[in-house]
This record gives sequence, structure tokens and C-alpha cells, in this order.
Amino acid sequence: MAIDTTTTREILYNKALNEALDEEIARDDAVFVLGEEIGVWGGAYKVTEGLLEKWGDTRVIDTPISEALIAGAAVGASISGSRPVAEFMYQDFMGIAMDQIVNQAAKNRYMFGGKAELPITFRAAYGAGTGNAAQHTQSLEAWFTHVPGLKVVTPSDPYDAKGLLKASIRDNNVVCFFEHKSLYGMRGEVPEGEYVVPLGEAAIKREGEHATVVSWGRQVQNALKAGENLSAEGIEIEVVDLRTLYPLDVDAITGSVAKTNRAMVVHEAVRFGGFGGEITAQIQEYAFDYLDAPIKRLGALHSPVPFAEPLETASIPGVESIEEGVRELLRGV
Amino acid sequence: MANRRKANTRRGATKVPVMPERATLVSMYHAMQRIRRFEQTAEEMFKSARMRGALHFYTGEEASGVGVCSALRKEDYITSTHRGHGHCIAKGGKLNKMMAELFGRVTGYCGGKGGSMHIADLDLGILGANGIVGAGIPIAAGAALGAKLRGEDTVTVAFFGDGAGPTGAFHEGVNFAAVRNLPVIFVCENNQYGMATNVRDSNAGESIAGRGVAYGIPGEIIDGNDVFAVYEAATKAVNRARAGEGPTLLETLTYRHKGHTVHDMAKYRTKKELEEWLEKDPIHRFRNAVLETGEIDQKTFDEIDRDVEAEIEAAVEFAEASPYPSIDTIEQGVYAD
Repeated sequence: MAIDTTTTREILYNKALNEALDEEIARDDAVFVLGEEIGVWGGAYKVTEGLLEKWGDTRVIDTPISEALIAGAAVGASISGSRPVAEFMYQDFMGIAMDQIVNQAAKNRYMFGGKAELPITFRAAYGAGTGNAAQHTQSLEAWFTHVPGLKVVTPSDPYDAKGLLKASIRDNNVVCFFEHKSLYGMRGEVPEGEYVVPLGEAAIKREGEHATVVSWGRQVQNALKAGENLSAEGIEIEVVDLRTLYPLDVDAITGSVAKTNRAMVVHEAVRFGGFGGEITAQIQEYAFDYLDAPIKRLGALHSPVPFAEPLETASIPGVESIEEGVRELLRGV
Repeated sequence: MANRRKANTRRGATKVPVMPERATLVSMYHAMQRIRRFEQTAEEMFKSARMRGALHFYTGEEASGVGVCSALRKEDYITSTHRGHGHCIAKGGKLNKMMAELFGRVTGYCGGKGGSMHIADLDLGILGANGIVGAGIPIAAGAALGAKLRGEDTVTVAFFGDGAGPTGAFHEGVNFAAVRNLPVIFVCENNQYGMATNVRDSNAGESIAGRGVAYGIPGEIIDGNDVFAVYEAATKAVNRARAGEGPTLLETLTYRHKGHTVHDMAKYRTKKELEEWLEKDPIHRFRNAVLETGEIDQKTFDEIDRDVEAEIEAAVEFAEASPYPSIDTIEQGVYAD
């Protein structure tokens, strides 16, 4: 089959993910998907829509509401020779499965002397902005970056969503793949043909000389909008989309900071203890001499995500707060 | 309340439902004796400060693991527990590599990075001992699911203790396996105590096997110190699973002769209770029953005992002669390349 990566079309983020799953199921007999309401319902965000009809119930497994089972089944199936893609309807629900993710999936390979292969992709929807209140909107990526044995991926647009999911499924490690639920309806250019976005490589999504904004997931889109607005003021920011949080592309971050001499990290997770702290420390360790100002961090306020719309919006970074953050960074505030 | 579990654990001669063929009898005895002597030796090593870490002994429960694993094929899978030495040996685990792992040496099953609670041998279908109570149950359901999707003819056994009975993992794993009719056998080794907590204070209901009714799968209580009874029940369950008839829940009633760990003096139980169970020692019962039938004579038992001693000695020698893993490998093996 001819590979065509030049012809593109615009598709939605969730459709891009759907294509990745469909293509990887077709490509590798060991791949199957499991999770709650992923078959008949088609997934809470329609990521798995049509897969049950196309592939049947040996490749698409509807599970009961049993998150520990979903993760544990992925562990057992993978260590015995399958390549499962397990969906958690919401990242918040992963708390119920944390033993299987943290103590089993992440550690088996190491504990068993480096011999066990656990090619698992754990997919989950995360993030605020949907009015779903505190138990369906968290950004918990830092929980997972802190566990050796896990890779953590979070795409910010349809192109990366498809390419990174395909790479995650093919990876022989446990990959936590986090999809921002406000992005499912985002439309973007995706090639017709086969492609993969390698894990562990950040992307410069906007070039600029005045300040580096490091981000991931939906906040990348906010940073890009902020970049357009700031451009009108003569401020050009460089937006580094990490895409993979672990393994972290430190060179992409320090390379950009060396160019702009100013850095800000933006994430939707609670600021205190967030992964932004790690980014800040990495810049401090590896690019300190390039800095002309203290590194700035934007993150959510120290509260559960509130329900009322004005509160939810105000509790997390947005386009305006990123713009203001950049202005402060340039003023050295 | 205390008597409710005694139905199938009468003292006296072991009932022999189906006497397995001689080769099976020999391998059963060999396995039980290997487990017993492996752990007694590990205890000596620990007490003489040649070994460290946590050791949870299976002593007294050998008939359960050996009876079940005797009904399995090499390619079948098991998930095990923190009290996992017995399951591993029963499934064919190598004593050298196990002992070396207990010593934390590079030649051990896990290269010294796992220790007693994390021994696995994927070539033998041993998907891992486990330091988290109940965690092997969903993993076993997953292995059985994977096997079914891959079109394998394998079955999976989840070993767990009465301490795992109250966990959510138990319910999630057994429920899913039953819903999906998976080829898995859940073996609850009820050794009466989770640490110091008696099973009647941790698990509601008459028995753990009785929960099979709720899941619509067979549940059976077995004398876990009678290797023949365990073997017979396991064979039936394995045949069911392999025939596509779904999971079975077995509860093997047994007793750990030692405390929870090597450190535990087990003061929460009476001397009388221990003595009663020591009289039901599964290895003694096996020997008496088989000597009576004449299938194995005393001379052969003695030979096996000598072979086991030699194996254990060689394992200790192998382990102690092996180096520790090198410090510069600490971060190796976390990820696949």
C-alpha cells in the first residue's frame, strides 16, 4: 500500500485517535482495546466508535465498571503476550486502579529482572473546562511522571494525537496516554497515510525570540492563541509542546531557553507539586546561565476544580493569564 | 463459628479419591519436600544473618500449591502471592535461581532486584509472586482473557489467601472472569490468618468458596492438606476451564505452621490449634497414605529426600558464590529499549 503523508485532511482529535486504534488493531493481532463503554456505546468521547462493529468482541472488550480489573487485565494480558490498550473513561477514575498501574504494570519488568515485557497503553480523558466538577476534570499527570516504569504522553492536537497513540501502542513499555477532553472536538490537519510521532520528542509549535512557554495538552492551544495576541504587541513567544512528559525532551526546553533567555511553564494541573516544578528545576540545572529572569509557573489554584463556570474558568490558566504571565516575565516580575 | 470450616478437615487417614499414577506421586512428593526444605533452609540462612528482607513461609500449605500445579501443564499460567515460594516450586521453578534471588544475587530469578516477593519465571508461566494482597486476581483474569483472545489452550490459576477475600480486586477479578467465562481457576488458600487476623474476623459469610454461587460459578471447599483432594478438585476445574466452561473458585483449607513472616512468633494463636494442624501435616499424610498403598516404598522416599538435600545444598552454594548485581545497574531494566 502506498504511504501518503503529503495528502492531508482535517479531522477531529477523537477521530484521529479512533483511526490510530483502528490501524493498530489491523496492524498487529496482539492489539486489543478494553474499557468501560468502549464497545456498544463507542466510548464516552466516541474515541472507539465503530470499532466493535468492525473488529468484533475479540478485539474490543467492554468491561464492567471495574477499574482495578481493567488495569490488572492489561497487566495479565500483556505479560502473557498481548498488547492491550486500556481505556479509563476519566483520568480521575485511575485512582481506583493505582495499585495495578503503579505497583504492578510499572514495576513488573524491573522487579522480574528486566525480562518481562508489558506493552500496555493506558488511555484516559483528563482536564477541566467541561463543567463536570471536581471528580471528572483533574489533571493528574504528575502522579504518573513520578513513577519509574511509566511513560507519560499527552498530545495537544489531532496530528500528534494519532501519531503519538500509534507510537505508544507499538512501544514495549507501559504508556499513560492522556487526552484532554476539551480537545476531542478540535479539528486539525492529519495525513491520509501512515505516520508515527516518536515518544520523547517535544515540538516547537510556535517560534519566537522573547520568551519560551513550555506546556502540554490543551494549554498548548491556549499558549498558541496567547502567542498570536502578544505578537500584536510586538512580543514573540516560543511555544514548546512537550508532547511526552516522560521521557522528557530536556534538550528542546534548554535549546529554546538558550535562545529566548526567559521561560514560563503552563499547565492545567494544580500548580503546587505539579510537573511544572520539574521543568523549572531542569531549566535551573541545565540552562541557568541563559536565564535573564526567574522562571515563571502557571497552574491551577489550590482547590478541587469548582463547578460554577466563572470559578472553573478562573481556577485554571487561560489565554489571558498566559498573556499576562508573559508580560510579567518580560518585565522581570 | 469456629467449627464451620472443619467439614472437610477430619483428622485421620487421608482419603484418596483418585490415586494418581506413580510418576505423579513421585513428582508431588518431590515438589512438597523441595518446598519444605527450601523454606527451612531459607529460615536458617535468615536467622544466621546470611539473608535479609521479608520471608513469608508456605510451610504446612504445600499440598495446596502442589495439588493444583500437578493438574497444570507447563504452558499454563499462575499468579502468586507474597507467600509464593511454594507456588513457584510447584510450577517448576529452579531452586538455584530462587535461592540466589532470596540472597539478592545477580544470578537470581530477578537479578537480585525483586527478592522473595517478586519471583517470576515467564517461561514456566509463573507471572509473578506479588507483594500486594489480592493483586494477582485481576492479573490472572487478564492472562486468561489474553490467552482466550490469542486462541491459546492454556488455563490460568490465581493463588491468593484468605486475606485477599475482602479486597476489591477479588470481586473485580472473579466477577469479570465469570462474566466473560474465562479459563481461570481461583484458588483461595485459606490458612486461617491474614497476619494476626483470623479469617472469621475478616471474611463475611460461611466460606469464601460459597461466594461462587453469587458469581454463578462452581465453588468448592477442599481439605488443603490433602494433596489428592486438591489435585482432584483442581483437575476438575482445569478440565472445565480448558473446555471453555469458565472459572471455578476453590478454597483449600490449610494452615501456615510458621508466623506471617520470619519475624512473627504467632502469639495470636493457641498451641493447641497449632498442634492440631501439625498432626495434619500434608507431607506426613502423603507419605503415610502412599506407603500404605505401596505405590512408593520407604527406600524411594529416602532417595528423594537425599536428592532434595543435595539440590538445596547446591542452591545455597550457588547463591552464596554469586555476586550482587553491580551498583551501576540500578537504573537498568526499568524500561524496554
